[in-house]
Amino acid sequence: MLLQVEDLHTQFFTSRGVVRAVDGVTFHVDAGETLGVVGESGCGKTITALSILRLIPDPGRITSGRILFRGRDVTKMTDEEIRDFRGNDVAMIFQDPMTSLNPVTRIGSQIEEAMTAHERFTETVARPRVIELLKRVRVPAAESRVKDYPHQFSGGMRQRAMIAMGLSNEPDLLIADEPTTALDVTVQAEIIQLMKQLNRELGAAMMLITHNMALVASLCQRIIVMYAGRIVEEGPVEQIFNSPQHPYTWSLLRSVPRVDEARKDRLVSIRGMPPDLTQPPPGCKFHPRCPFVIDKCRVDPEPRLEEVAAGQVARCWVLMRNAREESVEAAKQSALSREAAEKLKEAPAAEVGGG
Amino acid sequence: MAVATVEQAVRDWEVAEEQVGLWQDAWVRFRRNRLAVFGAGLVLFLIVVAVASPLLVNLGILKNPFTQHVDSIQTAPGVNGFALGTDILGRDTLSRLMIGSAVSLTVGLLVQGIIFPIGLTIGLTAGYFGGRVDNLLMRFTDIWYAFPDLLFVLVVVSVWHLDGPWFIQLIPIFGAIALVNWVNLARLVRGQVLSIKEKEYIEAARSSGSTPVKLILKHLLPNSLGPIIVTLTFGIPQAIFLEAVLSFLGVGIRPPQPTWGQMVYDGYEAIYANPTAVVFPALAIGFTLLSFTFIGDGLRDALDPRMRR
Amino acid sequence: MAERAPLTALELDPVLVRIGGVYKHFPVGGFSGLAVRAVDGVDLEIRRGETLGLVGESGCGKSTLARLVTGLLPVTGGSINFDGHEITSLRGGKLRRVRRRMQMIFQDPFASLDPRMTVGDILQEPLDNFGIGTIRERRRRVQELLRLVGLNPNFTNRYPHEFSGGQRQRIGIARALAVNPSFIVCDEPVSALDVSIAAQIINLLQDLQKEFNLTYLFIAHDLAVVRHLSDRIAVMYLGKVVETADRNDIYDKPQHPYTKALLSSIPVPDPIAERGRAPISLKGEIPSPVNPPSGCRFHPRCPIARVPGICSEEEPLLVAHGAKDQVAACHFAGQF
Repeated sequence: MLLQVEDLHTQFFTSRGVVRAVDGVTFHVDAGETLGVVGESGCGKTITALSILRLIPDPGRITSGRILFRGRDVTKMTDEEIRDFRGNDVAMIFQDPMTSLNPVTRIGSQIEEAMTAHERFTETVARPRVIELLKRVRVPAAESRVKDYPHQFSGGMRQRAMIAMGLSNEPDLLIADEPTTALDVTVQAEIIQLMKQLNRELGAAMMLITHNMALVASLCQRIIVMYAGRIVEEGPVEQIFNSPQHPYTWSLLRSVPRVDEARKDRLVSIRGMPPDLTQPPPGCKFHPRCPFVIDKCRVDPEPRLEEVAAGQVARCWVLMRNAREESVEAAKQSALSREAAEKLKEAPAAEVGGG
Repeated sequence: MAVATVEQAVRDWEVAEEQVGLWQDAWVRFRRNRLAVFGAGLVLFLIVVAVASPLLVNLGILKNPFTQHVDSIQTAPGVNGFALGTDILGRDTLSRLMIGSAVSLTVGLLVQGIIFPIGLTIGLTAGYFGGRVDNLLMRFTDIWYAFPDLLFVLVVVSVWHLDGPWFIQLIPIFGAIALVNWVNLARLVRGQVLSIKEKEYIEAARSSGSTPVKLILKHLLPNSLGPIIVTLTFGIPQAIFLEAVLSFLGVGIRPPQPTWGQMVYDGYEAIYANPTAVVFPALAIGFTLLSFTFIGDGLRDALDPRMRR
Repeated sequence: MAERAPLTALELDPVLVRIGGVYKHFPVGGFSGLAVRAVDGVDLEIRRGETLGLVGESGCGKSTLARLVTGLLPVTGGSINFDGHEITSLRGGKLRRVRRRMQMIFQDPFASLDPRMTVGDILQEPLDNFGIGTIRERRRRVQELLRLVGLNPNFTNRYPHEFSGGQRQRIGIARALAVNPSFIVCDEPVSALDVSIAAQIINLLQDLQKEFNLTYLFIAHDLAVVRHLSDRIAVMYLGKVVETADRNDIYDKPQHPYTKALLSSIPVPDPIAERGRAPISLKGEIPSPVNPPSGCRFHPRCPIARVPGICSEEEPLLVAHGAKDQVAACHFAGQF
C-alpha cells in the first residue's frame, strides 16, 4: 500500500459552527492503481485530497486520524519534511489551469522551478528535462513552446503543462482534482487518453477526484463514493457501476443521462439538499433524502461500512439488493410529471418501502 | 410512502433559515471593526459639537470665540480659566476650535454632496452607453483631471468672492473643490457599471422588458452603491484638508470666523512661544481626517461582497 | 391553473423561429479592421413545440447565437424571423413587445439573479414591465410561479443568496415563465449544477414544456444531456452550423466528421463500454474565430479532408445527407 488514510477528520472552525468536512474517512491507494473519488459538491473529496498534502485552507485543520505514505505519517511531518513531500512524493493537479499557473512567468520556468525547488535536479539538467516532459505530455513543438506564457497556451495545453509540472519530480502518487471539467469535450478525451498512457508508462498511482461518473468509468480501477464527509461505498469499478449497493450511488448513477442511450422518460433525481455539515442529521446522514429509508435509518446510529460483495463495502441498513421491488420502481419514477403526481395524491397511498 | 417520495422529489421546498439581509450584514461587520466604530463615534461627537457650540456660547457656558481678551494673550492651557489657552489676539482657543468644527464638517460633507450627482451622472452615462459617448465623456474627464487641483482651486477662489456669513463665503470654496474632485467618483462609477453591465442578471432584466432607465436605476445603481459610498467617505477628509490648506494660505474664509486652517496659520508664527495654539487645531484636523479614514476602511470591508462568507 | 400559451392552430407555420444567414462580428480594437467572427452565416429553423439542442465547443458561437435570437445582441447581418416578426429590424419598445414571447434561462444560478432584489421583486419585474394585471394580481402570479417550479411560495421576501444553486435556477425558470412566453432559450441551464440537482431541473424543464406547449432552444456542451432532452440536434463549429438531425439519427449515423469525432469523445458511465471506446482524435486545436481557415473551416483538423483540394478551397453548403431530416455541411458527408 502506497497511501493509507486512517479515520481522517478534517474540520473547519467557522463563526457559524464547526464544519465537519471530512468525518472519519479510511481508504488506501496501492502503487500504480487509479482510484476514483466521486461525490457532489460539499461531500469532502477535495478537502480529503488537500488534507493528504496538508494544504487545507484556513480555518480548517486535521483534527484526528493518520495519513501514512510509505509508512510515514504525513500529519506528523515537520514543515521541512512536508515541503519535501509535496511535489516530490505526492503531486496535485487542480481544476482550473489558468489560475494555477503564474500568468507572468514562462511555462518552462515554472516547471523548472518545480524541479529545482526540491534540489533533485540542477539547473543544467532541469532545462532539457522540461522539454522532454512537455513532449511526454504531447505538447506539440515543445522546444519553442517552452518559452511561452500561460495565456499563449490553449486550455487543453495548459492542463497538459500542469500535468507535466505534477510529474516533473516523478511522484509516486498524482492527485487530480476535476482535471477535465473546464475543458472542451474533444480536449477532455485527449487528456483522458494522455492520463491512461502516463499511468501505463510511468507506473505512478493516481487519485482522480470528480463528480463525473463517466470519467471514472474510463480511468479508474477502484472507486470510493463520498457523501457528507464520509465514504458510503467503495469497490472495484465494474461492480460499483453494475450493482451499486448504496442508495446514493444508485441514485447518482441513474441521474446521469448517457449519450449512447435513446431518450428515457425520466432521470432519477435525489430530493432535498445536501446536509448542513455543522448540524448533520442523526443516524444515517443520507436518510432525509433516501428513497428507501426505513425507521432504523433515522433512529439507530450511522451504519458502518460492511462488506456487500467481494472487495465491495457499503454503509447502509437496507442495501439495494434488499430494497423491495416496488420501492425501486417508485424511486425510478421519483420525478413523475406534475399530472401524475396530482393523480397519485388522489389515489390511496400505497404501502411501499417497509414504512 | 410512494406519494411522499414522488411529491417531494418534484419540489425543492426547504430554504435555509432567514439570514440577515445585505445591509444588516454590512452593519454587523462594520460594528465589529473597532477602529471604524471609534471613528464613527468621533465624527458623531464632532457633529454634536458643531451644532451645539453656538448654543453653548449664547448660554455663556462657552466663552465667546470672537472676544479678544487683552489681558490674556497667548496664554498656556489652564491659565486664567481658558481651558486650552488663548491665541495671539487673546481669543479662547477651545471655543474657536469648537465653533470652527462646523466649517470643516460642512465643507467635507457638502463637497461630497456636490460631487455625488456630477460623478454619478457622468459615470453612469459613460459606463452604460459605451462607445462614442463613453469616449467623449472619458476624454473630457481626463482633461479635467489634468488640471493641478490646488492651483485651480486657488484661481477660482481668488477670482470669485462672495461676502457674507461664513457659509456663503464657503460656496466658491466647495464649488471649486467639488469641481476638481468629481473625476475619481466618475471613473469609479463607470468601472462599476462596466463590470456589472455584462452580468447575467442584467441580460435577464433586459429580457424581462426593462427599459434602459429602469436598468440603470433599479439594477446598476444599487449594485454599485458599495464602492460609491466608500469613495465618498474617503473624499471627506480630502475636502477638509483642502479647506484647511486654503485657510492656511489665506484665501479661505475671512476672519473673524474661526476655521482650523486659519488657526494653524495664526498660531504658526508664534509657534515657539505658544505651541498649543498650533498643536490643538492641527490635532483637531488630524483626528478628524483619521476618523473619516477609519470609517471609510470599515465601510469598505463591511460592504465587500466577497468577504461575506 | 396558469394561463396557457396560445395553442397552435393548424394553419400556423410549423416553424416558429427562422434564422437565415445570420452573422455577428465583434470588431477587435484598434485600426486592424479585424473582427471576431463569432457567428458567421448560420441557417437554422426551430419548429413549434420542439426542443432543438445546440451543441459545440469553445468558440463555436452558440452563446452568441442565443443572444442574437432573443434580440439581446444586434445582428451584424442576416435575418431572424420569430413567428412572422422580423426581429433584426425592430428596436426599443417594439422589440421589447416581441421579446415578451421569447425568454431566456441563463447558465450561472449565482449571477443570473440580482443580489440586491428579493425573489418576489425579481419575479414581479417582468410583470411590471409589461403591465400585466393589477398589483394584487401580480403578487398572486408571483406565488403561483414559485409553486409551478416547485418552490415554496412563502419565501418571496428572501434574497437570492439564501437559496441553493438548484433553487436559484428554478427561480430563473419561473422568471422566464412569468410573461407566458412561447419560446425559451436555455443557455447551459444545468452546466453549473451538481449531477442530482441537474436531473431535477431537467425533469422540471420537460414537465413545463408539456404543460405550456413551449418551444425550447437548448444550448449545452454536454451532449448526453442534450440528447436526453432534445428532439433535434444542431452542431456548431467556429461560427457555423455543420450538421442538424434528429437526435437518434445524429448519434447513429452522423454525417459530418466533426460530429462523429465529438460523439466519439464523450465518455460513458459504463466501465466495460469505456474499455472499448476509441475516441477519434483531431489534429491541432480550435482555430481563432478572428481568422477562420479558408474553404471548409474544419479542414485543418479533419481526419478525411482532401488538402490541397476542395476542402481547403470551397466552403461546403448545408445540404441534405443521410436520414430524412438530416443536413450536413461537408463535401464528403457520411463517407467515413
